[in-house]
Amino acid sequence: MAKILGGITTSHIPAVGNAIQKELYDDPYWKPFFDGYPKVHAWIKANKPDYVINIYNDHGLGFFLDQMPTFAIGAAHEYKNEDEGWGLPALDPFPGAPELSWHIIESMVADEFDITSCQELAVDHGFVVPMQLFWPGAPNNPDMPRAVPISANTVQHPIPTLKRALDFGKALGRALRSFPEDARIVILGTGGLSHQLDGARAGFINKEFDQYCLENIVSNPEELTKVTRMELVEKAGAQGTEFLMWMMMRGALGDNVTEITRNYHIPISNTAAGTLLLECAA
Amino acid sequence: MDHPGFDHHTHIPGTTIFDGKMAMKGYALNKMCYAFNRQDNRDAFVADEEAFMEKYGLNDAQKQAVRDRNILGMIEEGGNIYYLAKFAGIFKLSVQDVGGMQTGRSTEEFQDFLQSQA
Ligand SMILES: [Fe+2]
Repeated sequence: MAKILGGITTSHIPAVGNAIQKELYDDPYWKPFFDGYPKVHAWIKANKPDYVINIYNDHGLGFFLDQMPTFAIGAAHEYKNEDEGWGLPALDPFPGAPELSWHIIESMVADEFDITSCQELAVDHGFVVPMQLFWPGAPNNPDMPRAVPISANTVQHPIPTLKRALDFGKALGRALRSFPEDARIVILGTGGLSHQLDGARAGFINKEFDQYCLENIVSNPEELTKVTRMELVEKAGAQGTEFLMWMMMRGALGDNVTEITRNYHIPISNTAAGTLLLECAA
Repeated sequence: MDHPGFDHHTHIPGTTIFDGKMAMKGYALNKMCYAFNRQDNRDAFVADEEAFMEKYGLNDAQKQAVRDRNILGMIEEGGNIYYLAKFAGIFKLSVQDVGGMQTGRSTEEFQDFLQSQA
Protein backbone atom coordinates (compact mmCIF):
# COMPACT_ATOMS: atom_id res chain seq x y z
CA MET A 1 0.00 0.00 0.00
CA ALA A 2 1.05 3.58 -0.55
CA LYS A 3 2.56 5.68 2.18
CA ILE A 4 2.09 9.38 2.87
CA LEU A 5 5.52 10.80 3.65
CA GLY A 6 4.38 14.22 4.73
CA GLY A 7 2.96 17.52 3.66
CA ILE A 8 4.46 20.81 2.57
CA THR A 9 2.75 24.16 2.45
CA THR A 10 3.88 27.30 0.70
CA SER A 11 2.53 30.55 -0.59
CA HIS A 12 2.23 30.52 -4.40
CA ILE A 13 2.54 34.22 -5.27
CA PRO A 14 2.99 34.80 -9.04
CA ALA A 15 5.92 37.19 -8.40
CA VAL A 16 7.85 34.19 -7.02
CA GLY A 17 7.84 32.59 -10.48
CA ASN A 18 9.41 35.74 -11.82
CA ALA A 19 12.01 35.85 -9.04
CA ILE A 20 12.94 32.21 -9.74
CA GLN A 21 13.33 32.96 -13.44
CA LYS A 22 15.66 35.84 -12.60
CA GLU A 23 17.44 33.81 -9.88
CA LEU A 24 16.96 36.52 -7.24
CA TYR A 25 17.74 34.06 -4.40
CA ASP A 26 20.26 36.37 -2.70
CA ASP A 27 18.49 39.63 -3.44
CA PRO A 28 17.80 41.37 -0.10
CA TYR A 29 14.05 41.49 -0.76
CA TRP A 30 13.84 37.79 -1.69
CA LYS A 31 16.47 36.14 0.48
CA PRO A 32 14.34 35.83 3.67
CA PHE A 33 11.74 34.05 1.56
CA PHE A 34 14.01 31.70 -0.39
CA ASP A 35 15.92 30.82 2.80
CA GLY A 36 12.85 28.82 3.79
CA TYR A 37 13.42 26.20 1.07
CA PRO A 38 16.84 24.46 1.40
CA LYS A 39 15.56 22.25 4.24
CA VAL A 40 12.58 21.30 2.10
CA HIS A 41 14.91 20.44 -0.79
CA ALA A 42 17.03 18.26 1.49
CA TRP A 43 13.95 16.45 2.80
CA ILE A 44 12.67 15.83 -0.73
CA LYS A 45 16.09 14.51 -1.81
CA ALA A 46 16.19 12.15 1.17
CA ASN A 47 12.60 10.95 0.82
CA LYS A 48 12.13 10.86 -2.97
CA PRO A 49 8.33 10.89 -3.34
CA ASP A 50 6.90 9.04 -6.35
CA TYR A 51 3.73 11.12 -6.44
CA VAL A 52 2.80 14.66 -5.47
CA ILE A 53 -0.77 15.66 -4.63
CA ASN A 54 -0.86 19.39 -5.32
CA ILE A 55 -3.78 21.05 -3.51
CA TYR A 56 -4.20 24.59 -4.79
CA ASN A 57 -6.91 27.05 -5.75
CA ASP A 58 -7.40 28.05 -9.36
CA HIS A 59 -7.42 31.83 -9.87
CA GLY A 60 -9.37 32.01 -13.12
CA LEU A 61 -7.41 29.91 -15.60
CA GLY A 62 -8.73 26.36 -15.32
CA PHE A 63 -12.23 27.41 -14.26
CA PHE A 64 -14.54 30.35 -14.83
CA LEU A 65 -17.79 31.34 -13.11
CA ASP A 66 -19.82 29.51 -15.78
CA GLN A 67 -18.96 26.20 -14.11
CA MET A 68 -17.31 26.48 -10.73
CA PRO A 69 -16.51 23.23 -8.93
CA THR A 70 -16.09 23.40 -5.18
CA PHE A 71 -13.58 20.54 -5.25
CA ALA A 72 -12.00 19.41 -8.54
CA ILE A 73 -9.52 16.58 -9.07
CA GLY A 74 -7.32 16.31 -12.16
CA ALA A 75 -7.35 12.96 -13.95
CA ALA A 76 -5.09 13.70 -16.90
CA HIS A 77 -1.87 12.20 -18.29
CA GLU A 78 -0.26 15.61 -18.13
CA TYR A 79 -0.94 19.17 -17.00
CA LYS A 80 0.06 22.32 -18.80
CA ASN A 81 0.31 25.84 -17.53
CA GLU A 82 -0.83 28.70 -19.73
CA ASP A 83 -0.45 32.40 -20.13
CA GLU A 84 -2.60 33.80 -17.29
CA GLY A 85 -3.05 37.26 -18.70
CA TRP A 86 0.39 38.63 -18.08
CA GLY A 87 2.35 36.55 -20.59
CA LEU A 88 3.84 33.81 -18.38
CA PRO A 89 6.12 31.44 -20.28
CA ALA A 90 4.61 28.06 -21.17
CA LEU A 91 6.51 25.31 -19.37
CA ASP A 92 6.87 21.71 -20.44
CA PRO A 93 3.86 19.70 -19.23
CA PHE A 94 3.85 18.21 -15.74
CA PRO A 95 3.45 14.43 -15.85
CA GLY A 96 0.16 13.22 -14.37
CA ALA A 97 -0.85 9.97 -12.68
CA PRO A 98 -4.35 9.17 -13.94
CA GLU A 99 -4.47 5.74 -12.26
CA LEU A 100 -3.87 7.39 -8.90
CA SER A 101 -6.32 10.19 -9.77
CA TRP A 102 -9.09 7.70 -10.49
CA HIS A 103 -8.29 5.73 -7.37
CA ILE A 104 -8.68 8.94 -5.33
CA ILE A 105 -11.91 9.83 -7.14
CA GLU A 106 -13.39 6.34 -6.61
CA SER A 107 -12.38 6.24 -2.97
CA MET A 108 -13.57 9.74 -2.12
CA VAL A 109 -16.96 9.40 -3.78
CA ALA A 110 -17.44 6.02 -2.07
CA ASP A 111 -16.55 7.92 1.12
CA GLU A 112 -19.47 10.28 0.29
CA PHE A 113 -17.21 13.12 -0.81
CA ASP A 114 -18.58 14.21 -4.17
CA ILE A 115 -16.05 15.87 -6.44
CA THR A 116 -15.60 17.04 -10.03
CA SER A 117 -13.18 15.05 -12.20
CA CYS A 118 -11.14 16.80 -14.89
CA GLN A 119 -9.54 15.01 -17.83
CA GLU A 120 -8.17 18.32 -19.01
CA LEU A 121 -7.08 21.03 -16.62
CA ALA A 122 -4.91 24.07 -17.26
CA VAL A 123 -2.89 24.69 -14.10
CA ASP A 124 -2.09 28.20 -12.94
CA HIS A 125 0.54 29.73 -10.64
CA GLY A 126 -1.18 28.17 -7.63
CA PHE A 127 0.00 24.77 -8.89
CA VAL A 128 3.14 25.75 -10.79
CA VAL A 129 5.00 28.08 -8.40
CA PRO A 130 5.13 25.53 -5.53
CA MET A 131 6.44 22.88 -7.96
CA GLN A 132 9.18 25.28 -9.05
CA LEU A 133 10.00 26.10 -5.42
CA PHE A 134 10.26 22.48 -4.31
CA TRP A 135 11.70 20.88 -7.47
CA PRO A 136 13.99 23.50 -9.01
CA GLY A 137 13.69 23.49 -12.79
CA ALA A 138 10.27 21.79 -12.61
CA PRO A 139 8.99 19.92 -14.44
CA ASN A 140 12.49 19.20 -15.75
CA ASN A 141 13.93 17.90 -12.51
CA PRO A 142 15.06 14.23 -12.36
CA ASP A 143 13.21 13.82 -9.04
CA MET A 144 9.95 15.34 -10.32
CA PRO A 145 7.12 13.10 -9.04
CA ARG A 146 4.01 12.47 -11.10
CA ALA A 147 1.27 14.85 -10.07
CA VAL A 148 -2.40 14.90 -9.15
CA PRO A 149 -3.81 18.44 -8.94
CA ILE A 150 -6.71 19.14 -6.60
CA SER A 151 -8.31 22.58 -6.78
CA ALA A 152 -10.77 24.07 -4.29
CA ASN A 153 -12.94 27.09 -4.92
CA THR A 154 -11.93 30.27 -3.13
CA VAL A 155 -12.97 32.58 -5.98
CA GLN A 156 -16.66 32.77 -5.20
CA HIS A 157 -18.64 32.45 -1.97
CA PRO A 158 -19.91 30.14 -0.63
CA ILE A 159 -16.48 28.59 -0.18
CA PRO A 160 -16.06 25.37 1.83
CA THR A 161 -15.92 25.59 5.61
CA LEU A 162 -12.63 24.95 7.39
CA LYS A 163 -14.14 21.78 8.82
CA ARG A 164 -15.09 20.57 5.35
CA ALA A 165 -11.58 21.27 4.12
CA LEU A 166 -10.05 19.27 6.99
CA ASP A 167 -12.55 16.45 6.41
CA PHE A 168 -11.72 16.48 2.70
CA GLY A 169 -8.10 15.95 3.67
CA LYS A 170 -9.01 13.06 5.97
CA ALA A 171 -10.91 11.35 3.14
CA LEU A 172 -8.01 12.04 0.78
CA GLY A 173 -5.63 10.46 3.28
CA ARG A 174 -7.79 7.30 3.43
CA ALA A 175 -7.84 7.21 -0.38
CA LEU A 176 -4.07 7.54 -0.69
CA ARG A 177 -3.25 4.96 1.98
CA SER A 178 -5.46 2.43 0.20
CA PHE A 179 -3.72 2.86 -3.17
CA PRO A 180 -2.41 -0.65 -3.96
CA GLU A 181 1.15 0.26 -4.89
CA ASP A 182 4.25 0.64 -2.73
CA ALA A 183 4.34 4.31 -3.55
CA ARG A 184 5.65 7.25 -1.60
CA ILE A 185 3.41 10.29 -1.65
CA VAL A 186 3.87 13.92 -0.64
CA ILE A 187 0.97 16.36 -0.33
CA LEU A 188 1.20 20.09 -1.00
CA GLY A 189 -1.15 22.72 0.37
CA THR A 190 -0.50 25.98 -1.45
CA GLY A 191 -1.62 29.58 -1.00
CA GLY A 192 -1.95 31.99 1.90
CA LEU A 193 -1.15 33.20 4.37
CA SER A 194 -2.93 36.49 5.13
CA HIS A 195 -3.42 38.84 2.19
CA GLN A 196 -6.04 40.95 0.48
CA LEU A 197 -5.74 42.17 -3.09
CA ASP A 198 -9.09 43.89 -3.54
CA GLY A 199 -11.00 46.83 -2.15
CA ALA A 200 -10.19 49.72 0.14
CA ARG A 201 -8.67 47.18 2.56
CA ALA A 202 -6.14 45.96 -0.05
CA GLY A 203 -2.76 45.32 1.52
CA PHE A 204 -4.21 43.92 4.74
CA ILE A 205 -1.87 41.46 6.49
CA ASN A 206 -2.43 39.87 9.91
CA LYS A 207 0.68 38.44 11.55
CA GLU A 208 -1.07 37.50 14.79
CA PHE A 209 -3.73 35.43 13.04
CA ASP A 210 -1.15 33.77 10.77
CA GLN A 211 0.86 32.72 13.82
CA TYR A 212 -2.30 31.28 15.38
CA CYS A 213 -2.91 29.29 12.17
CA LEU A 214 0.71 28.11 11.95
CA GLU A 215 0.70 26.93 15.57
CA ASN A 216 -2.57 25.08 15.39
CA ILE A 217 -2.23 23.50 11.98
CA VAL A 218 0.71 21.46 13.25
CA SER A 219 -0.71 19.88 16.39
CA ASN A 220 -4.32 20.96 16.77
CA PRO A 221 -5.98 21.50 13.37
CA GLU A 222 -9.44 20.73 14.87
CA GLU A 223 -9.16 24.03 16.76
CA LEU A 224 -9.11 25.86 13.43
CA THR A 225 -12.47 24.37 12.40
CA LYS A 226 -14.04 26.80 14.90
CA VAL A 227 -13.06 29.69 12.62
CA THR A 228 -16.06 30.61 10.47
CA ARG A 229 -15.62 31.49 6.79
CA MET A 230 -16.46 35.13 7.36
CA GLU A 231 -14.02 35.25 10.29
CA LEU A 232 -11.43 33.82 7.92
CA VAL A 233 -12.11 36.62 5.41
CA GLU A 234 -11.97 39.19 8.19
CA LYS A 235 -8.80 37.92 9.85
CA ALA A 236 -6.81 36.45 6.96
CA GLY A 237 -7.99 38.89 4.27
CA ALA A 238 -10.25 38.24 1.31
CA GLN A 239 -7.64 36.07 -0.45
CA GLY A 240 -6.27 34.64 2.80
CA THR A 241 -9.14 32.15 2.47
CA GLU A 242 -6.56 30.10 0.56
CA PHE A 243 -5.68 28.76 4.00
CA LEU A 244 -8.35 26.16 3.21
CA MET A 245 -5.69 24.40 1.07
CA TRP A 246 -3.49 24.05 4.14
CA MET A 247 -6.42 22.51 6.02
CA MET A 248 -7.02 20.00 3.21
CA MET A 249 -3.36 19.03 3.17
CA ARG A 250 -3.26 18.74 6.97
CA GLY A 251 -6.30 16.46 7.13
CA ALA A 252 -4.58 13.90 4.93
CA LEU A 253 -1.53 13.59 7.19
CA GLY A 254 -3.23 12.03 10.22
CA ASP A 255 -2.70 12.86 13.89
CA ASN A 256 0.97 12.13 14.30
CA VAL A 257 3.24 14.60 12.52
CA THR A 258 6.64 16.15 13.17
CA GLU A 259 7.46 19.68 12.11
CA ILE A 260 10.69 19.65 10.07
CA THR A 261 10.88 23.30 9.09
CA ARG A 262 8.89 26.51 9.11
CA ASN A 263 9.37 29.94 7.57
CA TYR A 264 7.26 33.09 7.75
CA HIS A 265 8.00 36.40 6.10
CA ILE A 266 6.18 39.72 5.51
CA PRO A 267 5.81 40.86 2.80
CA ILE A 268 6.32 39.04 -0.47
CA SER A 269 4.29 40.96 -3.00
CA ASN A 270 1.04 41.70 -1.08
CA THR A 271 1.25 38.57 1.02
CA ALA A 272 2.50 37.16 4.29
CA ALA A 273 4.46 34.18 2.97
CA GLY A 274 4.42 30.94 4.96
CA THR A 275 6.20 27.64 4.46
CA LEU A 276 5.80 24.53 6.59
CA LEU A 277 7.04 20.97 6.22
CA LEU A 278 5.34 18.28 8.28
CA GLU A 279 6.53 14.68 8.27
CA CYS A 280 4.20 11.79 9.01
CA ALA A 281 5.13 9.23 11.63
CA ALA A 282 6.82 6.20 9.99
CA MET B 1 -32.24 37.89 -4.75
CA ASP B 2 -32.10 37.16 -1.04
CA HIS B 3 -31.39 33.87 0.67
CA PRO B 4 -32.59 34.07 4.26
CA GLY B 5 -30.18 32.16 6.46
CA PHE B 6 -27.37 32.40 3.90
CA ASP B 7 -26.39 36.04 4.14
CA HIS B 8 -22.66 36.35 3.52
CA HIS B 9 -22.75 40.12 3.84
CA THR B 10 -20.98 40.37 7.15
CA HIS B 11 -19.68 43.90 7.23
CA ILE B 12 -15.92 43.90 6.86
CA PRO B 13 -14.68 47.41 6.11
CA GLY B 14 -13.22 47.85 2.63
CA THR B 15 -14.12 44.30 1.66
CA THR B 16 -16.69 43.04 -0.84
CA ILE B 17 -17.84 39.47 -0.33
CA PHE B 18 -17.95 38.03 -3.85
CA ASP B 19 -21.02 35.81 -3.53
CA GLY B 20 -23.74 34.68 -5.91
CA LYS B 21 -25.27 38.12 -6.02
CA MET B 22 -22.01 39.79 -7.03
CA ALA B 23 -21.11 36.92 -9.38
CA MET B 24 -24.37 37.49 -11.25
CA LYS B 25 -23.93 41.25 -11.30
CA GLY B 26 -20.38 41.06 -12.62
CA TYR B 27 -20.71 38.09 -14.96
CA ALA B 28 -20.16 39.97 -18.25
CA LEU B 29 -17.28 42.02 -16.86
CA ASN B 30 -15.59 38.97 -15.39
CA LYS B 31 -16.15 36.97 -18.56
CA MET B 32 -14.41 39.66 -20.57
CA CYS B 33 -11.50 39.72 -18.13
CA TYR B 34 -11.28 35.91 -18.18
CA ALA B 35 -10.83 36.20 -21.96
CA PHE B 36 -7.68 38.22 -21.27
CA ASN B 37 -5.96 34.97 -20.38
CA ARG B 38 -5.21 34.91 -24.12
CA GLN B 39 -2.88 37.29 -25.92
CA ASP B 40 -5.14 37.55 -28.99
CA ASN B 41 -7.99 38.80 -26.80
CA ARG B 42 -5.74 41.28 -25.03
CA ASP B 43 -4.64 42.57 -28.43
CA ALA B 44 -8.25 42.85 -29.60
CA PHE B 45 -9.18 44.85 -26.50
CA VAL B 46 -6.25 47.23 -26.98
CA ALA B 47 -7.16 47.66 -30.67
CA ASP B 48 -10.80 48.58 -29.93
CA GLU B 49 -11.89 48.72 -26.29
CA GLU B 50 -15.46 49.80 -26.99
CA ALA B 51 -16.10 47.02 -29.48
CA PHE B 52 -14.59 44.45 -27.15
CA MET B 53 -16.74 45.58 -24.20
CA GLU B 54 -19.82 45.57 -26.45
CA LYS B 55 -19.06 42.03 -27.59
CA TYR B 56 -19.04 40.82 -23.98
CA GLY B 57 -22.22 42.72 -23.11
CA LEU B 58 -20.94 44.98 -20.35
CA ASN B 59 -23.49 47.42 -18.97
CA ASP B 60 -22.89 51.17 -18.96
CA ALA B 61 -21.58 51.35 -15.40
CA GLN B 62 -19.14 48.51 -16.08
CA LYS B 63 -17.96 50.13 -19.31
CA GLN B 64 -17.38 53.45 -17.56
CA ALA B 65 -15.38 51.82 -14.76
CA VAL B 66 -13.24 50.08 -17.39
CA ARG B 67 -12.71 53.33 -19.33
CA ASP B 68 -11.71 55.07 -16.09
CA ARG B 69 -9.40 52.19 -15.07
CA ASN B 70 -11.34 52.41 -11.81
CA ILE B 71 -10.62 49.19 -9.92
CA LEU B 72 -12.94 49.98 -6.98
CA GLY B 73 -15.63 50.87 -9.51
CA MET B 74 -15.20 47.56 -11.30
CA ILE B 75 -15.45 45.70 -7.98
CA GLU B 76 -18.60 47.66 -7.18
CA GLU B 77 -20.00 46.49 -10.52
CA GLY B 78 -19.34 42.84 -9.69
CA GLY B 79 -15.75 42.47 -10.83
CA ASN B 80 -13.73 39.79 -9.07
CA ILE B 81 -10.09 40.63 -8.38
CA TYR B 82 -8.74 37.38 -9.84
CA TYR B 83 -10.22 38.26 -13.25
CA LEU B 84 -9.51 41.98 -12.87
CA ALA B 85 -5.85 41.05 -12.37
CA LYS B 86 -5.82 39.88 -16.00
CA PHE B 87 -7.21 43.25 -17.04
CA ALA B 88 -4.42 44.92 -15.02
CA GLY B 89 -1.96 42.66 -16.82
CA ILE B 90 -2.73 44.39 -20.11
CA PHE B 91 -1.30 47.57 -18.63
CA LYS B 92 1.58 45.72 -16.91
CA LEU B 93 0.29 46.81 -13.50
CA SER B 94 1.62 44.88 -10.51
CA VAL B 95 -0.60 43.96 -7.56
CA GLN B 96 1.12 46.75 -5.64
CA ASP B 97 0.15 49.23 -8.35
CA VAL B 98 -3.42 47.96 -8.13
CA GLY B 99 -3.27 48.09 -4.32
CA GLY B 100 -2.14 51.71 -4.48
CA MET B 101 -4.88 52.60 -6.96
CA GLN B 102 -7.52 51.23 -4.60
CA THR B 103 -6.23 52.81 -1.42
CA GLY B 104 -5.23 56.25 -2.68
CA ARG B 105 -1.53 55.56 -2.27
CA SER B 106 1.37 55.65 -4.68
CA THR B 107 2.87 52.23 -5.42
CA GLU B 108 5.80 53.09 -3.18
CA GLU B 109 3.52 54.18 -0.32
CA PHE B 110 1.57 50.94 -0.73
CA GLN B 111 4.78 48.91 -0.55
CA ASP B 112 5.79 50.78 2.62
CA PHE B 113 2.38 49.98 4.09
CA LEU B 114 2.90 46.27 3.39
CA GLN B 115 6.35 46.41 4.95
CA SER B 116 4.99 48.21 8.03
CA GLN B 117 2.96 45.11 8.93
CA ALA B 118 6.03 42.86 9.26
FE1 LIG C 1 -3.36 32.60 -4.67
